[in-house]
Amino acid sequence: MESQLPLIWAGIIVFSVAMYVILDGYDLGIGILFLFGRDEAERDRMMNSIAPFWDGNETWLVLGGAGLLGAFPVTYSVLLPAVYLPIIVMLMGLIFRGVAFEFRFKAKPRHRKWDLAFCAGSIVATFCQGVVLGAFIQGVEVEGRRFAGGAWDWLTPFSVLTGFALISGYALLGATWIGLRTEGALAGRFRDLIPLALAVVLGFIGTISLWTPLQNPEIAGRWFAWPNVAYLSPVPIMTALTAWGIVSASRTGRPLMPFLLSIILFLLCFLGLGISLFPYAPPPHVTLWEAAASSSSLEFMLFGAAILIPLILGYTALNYRVFWGKEHDGYGH
Amino acid sequence: MDFDALLMARIQFAFTISFHILFPAFTIGLAGWLAVLEALWLNSGEERYYRLLRFWTPIFALSFGMGVVSGIVLSYEFGTNWSGLTEKAGDILGPLLSYEVMTAFFLEAGFLGIMLFGWARVPRWLHFTATLLVATGTLISAFWILSANSFMQTPAGFRLDDGILRPEDWWAIVFNPSFPYRFIHMVTAAYLTTAFVVAGVGAWYLLERRFEEHARTMLKMSLAMIVILAPLQIAAGDQHGLNVRDHQPAKLAAIEANWKTQAGMPLVLFAIPDMETESNRFEVGIPKLGSLIITHDFNGVVRGLKDFSAADRPNVPIVFWAFRIMVGIGFVMFGVALVAIVLAARRRLYDTRWFLHGLTWAAPLGFIAIIAGWVTAEVGRQPWVIYGQLRTADALSPVPAGNVALSLALFVLVYGVVFGAGFIYIWRSIRRGPLDETAPPGAPPLTRRPMAAVPTEEN
Repeated sequence: MESQLPLIWAGIIVFSVAMYVILDGYDLGIGILFLFGRDEAERDRMMNSIAPFWDGNETWLVLGGAGLLGAFPVTYSVLLPAVYLPIIVMLMGLIFRGVAFEFRFKAKPRHRKWDLAFCAGSIVATFCQGVVLGAFIQGVEVEGRRFAGGAWDWLTPFSVLTGFALISGYALLGATWIGLRTEGALAGRFRDLIPLALAVVLGFIGTISLWTPLQNPEIAGRWFAWPNVAYLSPVPIMTALTAWGIVSASRTGRPLMPFLLSIILFLLCFLGLGISLFPYAPPPHVTLWEAAASSSSLEFMLFGAAILIPLILGYTALNYRVFWGKEHDGYGH
Repeated sequence: MDFDALLMARIQFAFTISFHILFPAFTIGLAGWLAVLEALWLNSGEERYYRLLRFWTPIFALSFGMGVVSGIVLSYEFGTNWSGLTEKAGDILGPLLSYEVMTAFFLEAGFLGIMLFGWARVPRWLHFTATLLVATGTLISAFWILSANSFMQTPAGFRLDDGILRPEDWWAIVFNPSFPYRFIHMVTAAYLTTAFVVAGVGAWYLLERRFEEHARTMLKMSLAMIVILAPLQIAAGDQHGLNVRDHQPAKLAAIEANWKTQAGMPLVLFAIPDMETESNRFEVGIPKLGSLIITHDFNGVVRGLKDFSAADRPNVPIVFWAFRIMVGIGFVMFGVALVAIVLAARRRLYDTRWFLHGLTWAAPLGFIAIIAGWVTAEVGRQPWVIYGQLRTADALSPVPAGNVALSLALFVLVYGVVFGAGFIYIWRSIRRGPLDETAPPGAPPLTRRPMAAVPTEEN
């Protein structure tokens, strides 16, 4: 049982991060695309469509952080100093976009600055998250249980690429969300954006998929050795099928499908990353078992997580049910 | 270890957490106040309660939003700046923070939407339930974070394994020796702080002859709270002080600026403690009163700072003065409670202008007391980050001083802009007052507005 605990916790943290990326992904995506809303009324509707959800969405990031600290203190302690500046700048971005929800309506009619803060904050926070992801994939220098690299190790062409990639990914989620939650010209314009956003996302996925094995021979070995290559071949095929599904569903005007399929696209990327990186946290030296906390900590937390996470999912669903429906012009709550 | 990076990391943490604590302290109290208002409204059907509820809810939303974003900073700052702490004590602090997220943050976030925007969408009972759950969430959050902080003050239930703190007994960790005292002291402080803000706003409206019916309700309810809590807080503080005496004697000696171990210690009212000469300048004290307060005996023996090596002492002047600011405010609050009782007995509560003026000035007192109290607790814990186990200097991340300086500058800049704006918006809401005339839910709404908890100007 004991050796399974770090695996279970890795699963819970990956689940939290996936929940975060999907949920805050669509609302950060709306921030990224905010200036595509043509006038105040359109932007009101865009913001209203996420106002009751964003706080809950962002809480998954806090669970990811706190869970990582509790379950894998070594990972937390070596990773965060390694990505010091992107984390700090991400926090700044999240501050600006988070307060914009309330400040924007409060500042009316002089709310333009908070429109910009919401958009810029979302873009900056997303870019930094992508950079952190890239830096994690690249690996972190560790000595003993401490970070031993330089302050700028995180900054590479690869991490910059993953930063931009995440912006396009969240924008795709945001565009499909707007297509789903609004009607009329606004929804139509965002549905038209979906194929373009998708093309950019696929371009990034392709580039990152080629680059990752090229810069990391161990990952290359893992991907291309027989029989792994046979097991892994469905992943790109499913990615292609999902992409085709998004385009055709957004043409036929079924608004839920593009959103759900975009989520699946994200999950496929997650799967690919998981296969590449397991069991390192972070690569190339620290394994999950080396990074894990005492089994007493893992058991104590698991007791709570097993009861509370299903409960959280339940009342989160209730919240979505209460506020589900189309956001109409000038229709408030 | 680079001293400059250490000092700047400490300033950064002090700065970000001082800003942050203002919002949870206010929202713990406000959430409770909103739950009471909603209960009164549902029970009596009186519209003034509903108006007050709709007036204070947007102020709650603004404060809550600022609390959320400033809190996320802290959960990552542990790792960026204090990875020595997370590496050595993550096994213990991590689970406590995880429980805070799972039991409190999600609960608040999950029902905040209904509380702020759900008026016309859900039945009244569900809205009230949402308000109650959000209020409960703020208290659960305080429970876990104060447990984690108290563990750093009075660690228990662990063993040391090659310098790493490993959990042995979770019950002993969560309910460590200083936790119950700190929890009661802090939650009482949060309710008192909010009560003083509400009282100040009510008093100001009465002085301006605006919204007088609402203002009287605010004043009556907040002063009732102050009358109950101000004396209780002094008692709770006294008990907490005894706990500090038993578990953190060096901190207590710094609080009292007591250099030598002595019986019948005076209560020092004023002094400029000098750490170089290990003595006080310009000391004014009351003989034996210090021993009476700390040991509940005129001739009780109190340990002095010289019992501890200079490397194990906190900064005495800061701790000494921060404590006096906190206690001074505590007694001012107690004085307000006494005056309120006298005026209420004479039925002059709402038209005694000097008292109303005093209340408007007293509105921010709780916030100042909370910051002063936390400075006492945290600076008093130094040079330890986990008392007696891990020194602050050993908890610093291996990051260059330049990065810490840059992030500190960014935080000062961003917090100045963002929270400055937030303060202005809260102030504008208060200046406008409970003007919203939308009918209570159940009747068709008169106006429709964009979905922010904050009403727009044209309402």
